[in-house]
Amino acid sequence: MTTYETSTVVPAPRRPWDHTRSTAIRVAVLVFLSGIFGLVINAITGLSGFLGWYLGLAFAMPVIAFVGSVRHGWNLASDRIATALITVAFAAVTIPWVSIFVTVYQKGSKAFHAKYLTDDMRITPSSDLIQYGGVAHAIIGTLIMVLIASLIAVPLGILAAVYIVEIKGRFAKLVRFLTQAMSGVPSIVAGLFIYATVVVFFGGFSAWAGALSLVILMLPTVARTSEEILKIVPDDLRTASYALGATQARTTFRVVLPTVASGLVTAAVLGIARVVGETAPLILTASYFVAKSTSLTEPIASLPIYIFSSLGLGDDNATTRAWGGSLVLLGVVFILFAIARTISTRLSRK
Amino acid sequence: MQTTDSPVAPREVHTYYTKVDRVFRGFVAAAALFSLVVLLLIAAFLLYRGFEIFADFGFGFITSSKWDIGNPEDTSTAVLGIGAMLVGSVITAFIAIIVSVPFAMASALFIEFYAPRFLRTILTAVLDLVAAIPSVIYGIWGYVVLLPLVEDWSGTLYKYLSWIPIFDVQTPIFGRSPLLAGLLLAIMILPIVTSVAREVYGQAPRDLIDASYALGGTKWAGIRTVVLPFGKSGLVGGAMLGLGRAMGETVAVYLTLNLVFKTNFQILASAGGNVASLIANKFGEATAYELKALMAAGLVLFLVTLLVNFLATVIVNRSRKIV
Amino acid sequence: MTRMDNNMNNDVSTPEVIVPSMPADQSQMEDRTQRSAENLEVSRRGGLEAVGVHAWFNKHHALADVSLHFPENTVTGLIGPSGCGKSTFLRLLNRMHEFIPKAAMAGEVLFEGNDIYAPGVNPIEIRRRIGMVFQKANPFPAMNIGENVVAGLKLARVKTDDKDSLIEECLTRAGLWNEVKDRLKAPGGSLSGGQQQRLCIARALALKPEVLLLDEPCSALDPGSTLRVEETIVQLSQTMTIVMVTHNMQQAARVSDYCAFFLSEGGPGHLVEADLTTNIFSNPADQRTADYVQGRFG
Repeated sequence: MTTYETSTVVPAPRRPWDHTRSTAIRVAVLVFLSGIFGLVINAITGLSGFLGWYLGLAFAMPVIAFVGSVRHGWNLASDRIATALITVAFAAVTIPWVSIFVTVYQKGSKAFHAKYLTDDMRITPSSDLIQYGGVAHAIIGTLIMVLIASLIAVPLGILAAVYIVEIKGRFAKLVRFLTQAMSGVPSIVAGLFIYATVVVFFGGFSAWAGALSLVILMLPTVARTSEEILKIVPDDLRTASYALGATQARTTFRVVLPTVASGLVTAAVLGIARVVGETAPLILTASYFVAKSTSLTEPIASLPIYIFSSLGLGDDNATTRAWGGSLVLLGVVFILFAIARTISTRLSRK
Repeated sequence: MQTTDSPVAPREVHTYYTKVDRVFRGFVAAAALFSLVVLLLIAAFLLYRGFEIFADFGFGFITSSKWDIGNPEDTSTAVLGIGAMLVGSVITAFIAIIVSVPFAMASALFIEFYAPRFLRTILTAVLDLVAAIPSVIYGIWGYVVLLPLVEDWSGTLYKYLSWIPIFDVQTPIFGRSPLLAGLLLAIMILPIVTSVAREVYGQAPRDLIDASYALGGTKWAGIRTVVLPFGKSGLVGGAMLGLGRAMGETVAVYLTLNLVFKTNFQILASAGGNVASLIANKFGEATAYELKALMAAGLVLFLVTLLVNFLATVIVNRSRKIV
Repeated sequence: MTRMDNNMNNDVSTPEVIVPSMPADQSQMEDRTQRSAENLEVSRRGGLEAVGVHAWFNKHHALADVSLHFPENTVTGLIGPSGCGKSTFLRLLNRMHEFIPKAAMAGEVLFEGNDIYAPGVNPIEIRRRIGMVFQKANPFPAMNIGENVVAGLKLARVKTDDKDSLIEECLTRAGLWNEVKDRLKAPGGSLSGGQQQRLCIARALALKPEVLLLDEPCSALDPGSTLRVEETIVQLSQTMTIVMVTHNMQQAARVSDYCAFFLSEGGPGHLVEADLTTNIFSNPADQRTADYVQGRFG
């Protein structure tokens, strides 16, 4: 092999198109000037506070971008304006999210005292001072109902996915369509349905009526996620199993499902995250109860209803309790989310 | 010697499932069709319970705006209609869509084309997390944090824009209003619309974008020429998914809108409601007859959201197939 | 009449020694003058010229030390086996390489004497003046034929007085006018593969570029369309500089004035030899070139 006489000095790779320091300075000046304009808006119009300032900034940035680049032609100027507008709009979108997280944490932590997570409201009226009472009954209630709902919805959801992907039965398209339709059922309608059937029939609000209404909401999520996970399994796996003489049942349970076990767990966790915060159906099915309870045939507390009912009282202490419950609920959602993501990243790394 | 007079017909091959498999397949099919059964049951029961209402009021149930139980003993004195609530559902959902779609587009474009790569995964995760925030938390935040802000803005809007009918009010006292509910709904459905839009925009054909760059186009030129037209139907599908969610939202609307039985187009006024919050509101103390009306209302809501979600899924699936 | 016949009548400017702008040290300067005698170097007066160009994808060194001059109004064919960096090199010429994440480069690309990678240069302006046609025809499906031709004007926001005559002119130069003049409103995707590719050429022409880069323009086309596209390219080279990547040696022989042979021997792709097409095919200087054009590998 003849070697080509390259220069012995290989130059360092460059990226001359990257944003240079002058670009960074330009952007900083733009943001700074827009910020000043925001303060001006704050001062002279009725729009006050952070939002008034942001509105001023949001208005000024595209305008200043335009003025700064119009000398290069409309092509470049329109690109800069578009960039400014899109960035400002996105930043605006994140403001409510930040506000929600910060507010829930700030106001919610005020409700926390040593026994907040272990006490219930059995003897404490909601307007009582916040160092009394707790949220334990709501946590237990949510736990019980979500557990029962999962025991029903997760197997059914996975089986629906198995039907669509593995068995590919005659009704596969129909089932798929129906699961998607079911995911659009408003939560209050799910509650109404369980009320019209279970509550009326058995004569009273109950924990398991609540659980059943959650099943309706949880099933489509589990089914859809499971379906996507099963689709990822390569067909070779199934073919190999059939070639060894295994039945379809065996193949499904011993080969396919174990392969995606962690993915199915993710599907279950996502389903749980979906229903743990549902309020409307529980209003109509499980109602509320102020004490810790494990009875399935009686009304039971839940985190969302705890928040909802505390808020309705209008009292300051009650409102603080509502925020406290929100903090707990948000924490639960967060944890579920983190679990789901850890599992799915571990799944994709395999 | 070969005989070639008759072509060979294909043999019929039958798949024979063992007993185990036949049981298995039947069992799975039954489990899968469970959802069909449930959906049908929902519709059936609501119809059954609410039938009396439709019989008594006919179409007027949907159009009339009065909700008067009259004399609880004598059901013939009741006048019940969800017309105002349907209008309220439409108005709040409409505001939600108008406000959220442009921001969803901008957010999707930002995440997909403008954000640095490492930020993209983080932002997608944040988007999913925010979509999972329970509506009751949005509701409490809307009631405590957003309400005073919207009161403020309503005052300003009224001051300058009251000559436009929808911004006019009878009494300039601003509190919970369709505007507040609409804005809160916009914030709630934004993650869903953004996710769908982002997915579609990300699938825009790379070679067309390259072609637009090679012709001397800027990033924005490439986006408006290739990405946005390509993502049009996906965006519509996403918006309809958001619409379905907004129309069926209960708690958030309950907390941010005063239930008043009058068709109200003045979005700054403290009156309105949607069908879902009506049900939640009246449920606690409803008479037997009123309960039936709530069932009927639930049926109407169910059918409407079913239709919207069906259209949305069709549009989103069609936009995915184009790829 | 093929391009090679035309060459016989052309004056070929005498090769001059290249003077690098900033020699790092004496030995480097000698290196470059040494190699420039092998490559085809002409003065830096006009046209397009690559000087010591390297390309990286992330940390992978894909292209090493390519110095090549493209004389005005000629066709240069870039030939060589797949994977030796020809397309990468092409994309460096109109600043399309930078769209690949984690891409890097070194060296200079001189257009009319100025480095297009110098700070302050507007890449958009460069791409307007150095056009590109891709391997797979990519007309905009949402536009009709007429709109496709002037799409570049819309994208680059260039004004024109008479859109219709521009459309006719570009389609004529691309050799497509007679076939589509009655259906300018038909969607861009309704044409055959060869027609679509000629539409893309017309689209590139609308911006009146000085250089046209073609990346294997006929590899997806049938022989009939290929011939027509080749005729178009030959015609166009009378008024603009053309650089074409091709896998098809016969095509290079038919169409190009100069050829540059690229090769990768396990390492980054590099330029082995560049010369008049006649020389490359009849008596190449390097044995590897001879092996390639005679089909002993590739």
